[in-house]
Amino acid sequence: MSRALPWIGGAALVALPFVYRSPYPLHILVIILIWSFAYTSWSVMGRFGLVSLGHGGFMGIGAYVTALAWNYGHVSPWLGVPLALVAGMVLAAVVAYPCFRFRITGHYFALVTLALSGIVLQVITATRDYTGGSLGYTPERYHGGSSLWALQFSEKTTWYLIALAVWAGGLYVWYRVDRSMLRYALEAISEDEDAAAATGIHVTAEKLKITVLSAGMTALAGALYCQYQMFISPDTVSGISVSLQMVFAVVVGGIYVSLGPTIGAVITILLAEVLRISFGTRAVGWDNLVYGVLLVLFIVFLPKGIVGSLLDLRRRVGWSSS
Amino acid sequence: MNPLAVFDIFLLEALLSGVLLGGVLALLSLGLNLVFGVIDVVWICYAELIMLGMYGMYYLYTVYHAPIWVAAVACIVSVAILGVLLHVLVIAPLLGAAPINQLLATGGVLFFLQSAATVLFGIEFKNLGLRLPVLKVGGMFVSYSRLLAFATALIGMVLVYLWLTRTYTGTAIRAIAQDRQIMPLMGVDSRRIYLVTSALGGALAGLAACLLVLQYDVHPFVGLSFGPITFLICVLGSLGNFVGGFVAAFVFAEIISVGGLYLDLEWGYVFAFAFFIVMMFVRPEGLMARRS
Repeated sequence: MSRALPWIGGAALVALPFVYRSPYPLHILVIILIWSFAYTSWSVMGRFGLVSLGHGGFMGIGAYVTALAWNYGHVSPWLGVPLALVAGMVLAAVVAYPCFRFRITGHYFALVTLALSGIVLQVITATRDYTGGSLGYTPERYHGGSSLWALQFSEKTTWYLIALAVWAGGLYVWYRVDRSMLRYALEAISEDEDAAAATGIHVTAEKLKITVLSAGMTALAGALYCQYQMFISPDTVSGISVSLQMVFAVVVGGIYVSLGPTIGAVITILLAEVLRISFGTRAVGWDNLVYGVLLVLFIVFLPKGIVGSLLDLRRRVGWSSS
Repeated sequence: MNPLAVFDIFLLEALLSGVLLGGVLALLSLGLNLVFGVIDVVWICYAELIMLGMYGMYYLYTVYHAPIWVAAVACIVSVAILGVLLHVLVIAPLLGAAPINQLLATGGVLFFLQSAATVLFGIEFKNLGLRLPVLKVGGMFVSYSRLLAFATALIGMVLVYLWLTRTYTGTAIRAIAQDRQIMPLMGVDSRRIYLVTSALGGALAGLAACLLVLQYDVHPFVGLSFGPITFLICVLGSLGNFVGGFVAAFVFAEIISVGGLYLDLEWGYVFAFAFFIVMMFVRPEGLMARRS
């Protein structure tokens, strides 16, 4: 039964837009799926104690490289998105390699990556002649509206299916990492780097692999966000607040379980939407107010997040999973 | 281009304004450094405490017309109380937790304070409406408020230094920063020391707020514009090392100021951040010196 559950759930999610076509809920679902994918990308490395505050930078690169390549080079996103992924991964490798080589861990790693997301944000703002700076940037509309070549679609259903596929891909990557030797190596490293190295694990190489993977996925999330929203600004896809938002959602959902980041995205985005709808402009700030309090409460009382704590509870009560 | 042209009056002015900015940055990083060195916790929300202090100054001075000295003292005391509250409510329950959890919890406080300010004060930019004169020295313009901030920063740092080296509590604080396991056995009440340190860290944030509000408009997200740079300064100068932080503040300020002269101000920040990352690779052992 529990083996069939993901397939039934997946089929239901695929069938959903053909049964229920209301545009606003679909829009919210697409946004939730894209951010779930971004949060999953973060947790792929975050779960091993590699807390990066630089993922806002990778996401910004994904979004801006795709949009700039399209507007200035007339490069189709089919080429622009891989280009953006490579850019994000190269940046990750350039910064992370010396970090791991010189054993910059914990606080220090978080602060180096914080500087990285600061750099990306400031570069986007400083090159305002090309990127529009803090006013944001719009990829040019393809004249026909929808086009596979331009990766622009006017119907929400198409975007929903694309986002769903990418999100499922993200979960698959999470699952593959979970079942790999890489996971055991990284868990050993997060416990004790010296002991891990003594058992023959190449610490720098293993950490670099997961970081580059995670950065590439995050850049893809940024590119997807850009193509869907058709508007990007440094504050919504890049910078320190985006990085913190990722960490926050993952911690609330659960950092050590595959669906944790997704649950985190559902909770945070729905909370923001509900507050926005019920209070309108008076709600400005209230969503983050609630987030902040929740984040502190979660770290103090439920460090494993909602999903992780529920799983623990289930284990303790003694329900079997099959 | 004539190579001598770089030694022009604008460069001198930029260098001077870098020195003055360095004083402010040094003051900003002092409180954070103290808290880190003693409690071993990074207050990610440190800049938001300063932001609240700036609002405090704005409301007391501009809205309620309190004399500026009263406003400043009230502001320093209340931010010190906020520092104590932060320690008691958030840090104390997490003292035994993984360092990264402490970092994230103060990140939650950052969200909370930012949005609390948005809800309470709105997102409009507010300023004190107080214009201090600009001094003209040999063809260069020096803002009086920056000079004041610089001087106060220096005096503040000397006072903190004297307090740390000449009083019993200060000595206990330095001792606990060196070895937090052994000091409780020597009869030092570490809880009390942590509270005193948090209060002092908060008070320094309040002092920084009083000086920053003279130069900058306050809005709920003002913390993001100087918060990250403050952390980087502390890390660059070895977290917890006051002299290192002091030197790093001036290096950063000069990079921002001179970089901003030739290109945009944003590029100054880009250079400063890039410099930080490179320095982390070049001198990691210096940065790690205080970690056991």
